[in-house]
Amino acid sequence: MSAAQVFFYLFSTVMIGSAFMVIAARNPVHSVLFLILAFVNAAGLFLILGAEFLAMLLVIVYVGAVAVLFLFVVMMLDVDFAELKQGFLQYLPVGSLIGAIVLIELVLVLSSWSASSASVGAAGAPTPSDVSNTLAIGRVLYTKYVYFFQAAGLVLLTAMIGAIVLTLRHKPDVKRQVIADQNERDKSDVKLQKVPSRAGV
Amino acid sequence: MDWLLPLLLIVLKSVAVIVVVLIIVAYLLWADRKIWAAVQLRRGPNVVGPWGLLQSFADLLKFVVKEPVIPAGANKGIFLLAPFITAMLALAAWAVIPAADGWAVADLNVGVLYILAISSLSVYGIIMGGWASNSKYPFLSALRSAAQMVSYEVSIGFVIVTVLLCAGSMNLSEIVKAQDSAYGMLGWYWLPLFPMFIIFFISALAETNRPPFDLVEAESELVAGFMVEYSSTPYLLFMLGEYVAIVGMCAMMTVLFFGGWLSPIPYAPFTAVPGVVWFVLKICFFFFWFALVKAFVPRYRYDQLMRLGWKVFLPLSLVMVVVVAGVLQFVRA
Repeated sequence: MSAAQVFFYLFSTVMIGSAFMVIAARNPVHSVLFLILAFVNAAGLFLILGAEFLAMLLVIVYVGAVAVLFLFVVMMLDVDFAELKQGFLQYLPVGSLIGAIVLIELVLVLSSWSASSASVGAAGAPTPSDVSNTLAIGRVLYTKYVYFFQAAGLVLLTAMIGAIVLTLRHKPDVKRQVIADQNERDKSDVKLQKVPSRAGV
Repeated sequence: MDWLLPLLLIVLKSVAVIVVVLIIVAYLLWADRKIWAAVQLRRGPNVVGPWGLLQSFADLLKFVVKEPVIPAGANKGIFLLAPFITAMLALAAWAVIPAADGWAVADLNVGVLYILAISSLSVYGIIMGGWASNSKYPFLSALRSAAQMVSYEVSIGFVIVTVLLCAGSMNLSEIVKAQDSAYGMLGWYWLPLFPMFIIFFISALAETNRPPFDLVEAESELVAGFMVEYSSTPYLLFMLGEYVAIVGMCAMMTVLFFGGWLSPIPYAPFTAVPGVVWFVLKICFFFFWFALVKAFVPRYRYDQLMRLGWKVFLPLSLVMVVVVAGVLQFVRA
C-alpha cells in the first residue's frame, strides 16, 4: 500500500466516524468539535488529491471562522440535554422518512448522470502541470469565470450588510467614545479647574 | 514500503526542529522576563544558574513534577485536550518556516496559507479550555478571545496579501528569495510596505494575546483568563504554546518583511555568516520588540481593541492591497 492510500483510508475513516459522532454525541459542544474534526480530515483528503489551495482554504474559512462561530453559539446556548434526547424517538419515523426520500432522489439523480466527453479529459488533468495549483485556480477564476465570481462576492456582501442592518441598534442613551473628537480637541477648549476640598465642582 | 524511509526522515527532521525551537523558546522566555525586569529597574530571574540562565528549565521541572488538578465540574476530555491542541498547533506552524535556504521540513507551495490556517486554529485551544473549565472567568476569557483572534486574523490576511502580490508566490522560501537584491536590507519588504509591516506587528501582538492586547488573560479583570483552572503540565503546555506561537509570529515577520535568512549587507564579510544565524538574530530582534511592548504599553480596553481591528486596520490594509496591486501593475506594464 502506498503512503497516499494509507492516509486516504486514515482520513476517510476518521472523517466518517466523526461525521457520525456529530449526530450521535450527547453534548452539542462535542458535536461541533467532531464537526471540526470532520472538516480537518476533509482538508486532508484534498491534500492527497493535490488540491493544497482548497485544503488550506477549507481549514481557514470553515474551521478557522465558521466553526468558531458555531462553537461560540452552541456554548452560549443553555441546552437541556435530557429534553433533547426525549424527542429523539418521537421524531425518528419522520426523520427517517425524509432521509429515505432524499436518498432515493440522490440515487435517481446520480444514476441518470452522464458526463460529457469533453469533461472527461479535464477531470483527468485538473491542474496544468507547469503551474502551481493556486495559480491555476486564479487563472480560471479571474478570466473565464470572473462574472460568476464577482456575482458570488456581491451576494455574500449583500448577505453581510443585511445581517448587520438587522442586528444594528443605536441606543441613544449610551455614551460612546469618538476618537476623532478627542483628537480634534484643542488645548484652549479645555478648562482646568481647581476643585476645592469637600466642595465639588 | 519504500515510503517508510522518507517518512522516518521527516519525523527526524521534525524532532530536530522542535528540539531547537523549544530550546530557543526557553531562553527567549528568560529574556522576556529579563527585559521586562530591566525596564522596571528590577533584576529579574538571577538565582538559578549564572544570570538565571537555567530559570526556564527549573520552571519546566517544577511544572512537570507537580500534580495536575482537574476541577470536579470540568469536562475532563476537552479540559485536557485544550492545552495539548494549543501546544501542538504552535509547534506545527514551524514545519514550513525556512530557517535557511532549503531548511524547511516541508517546503509547501501554499506555506503562507498553511501558517494562516494554523494560526486561525489556535483560537480553539483557548475556547475549549475556557468552556471545559466550567468556571466563570475562563468562560468570559474564551468569549473575548474568540472575537479578538477572529478580528485580527482578517487584517493579518490582507497584510499577507500585499506581500504575496510583491513576491508573486505563496512559498515562504520564494518570498525570501524575492527580497534578495543588491541593496541588502533596504530591498526587503519592510521598507516599501512599511505601513503593512507596522500593522502586521500590532496584529501579531493581538493574535498571540500579548500585551497590550492580553484581554484574554487580563489579570486585573479575569485573574488568569482561560488558564485559571489549569495547573502543572497542562498549564505548562498552554504557556509553551503561547510562547512558541509568539516566536512563530516573529519568524513570520522575519520571512515576510525582513528577508528571512538573507544577510542585511550582501557583501563580503557578511555573506560568509550562515543564513540560519541571520534568521535567529532577526527573530531575537523582533522578540526584543515584543518584550519591550509588553513592558511599556498599558492594556487596551476591549472596545478600543475592536475599533482598532475593524475600523482602522481593516480599511487601511484593504486600501493598501488595492494601492500595491495598482503600483505593481503600473510598474510591470
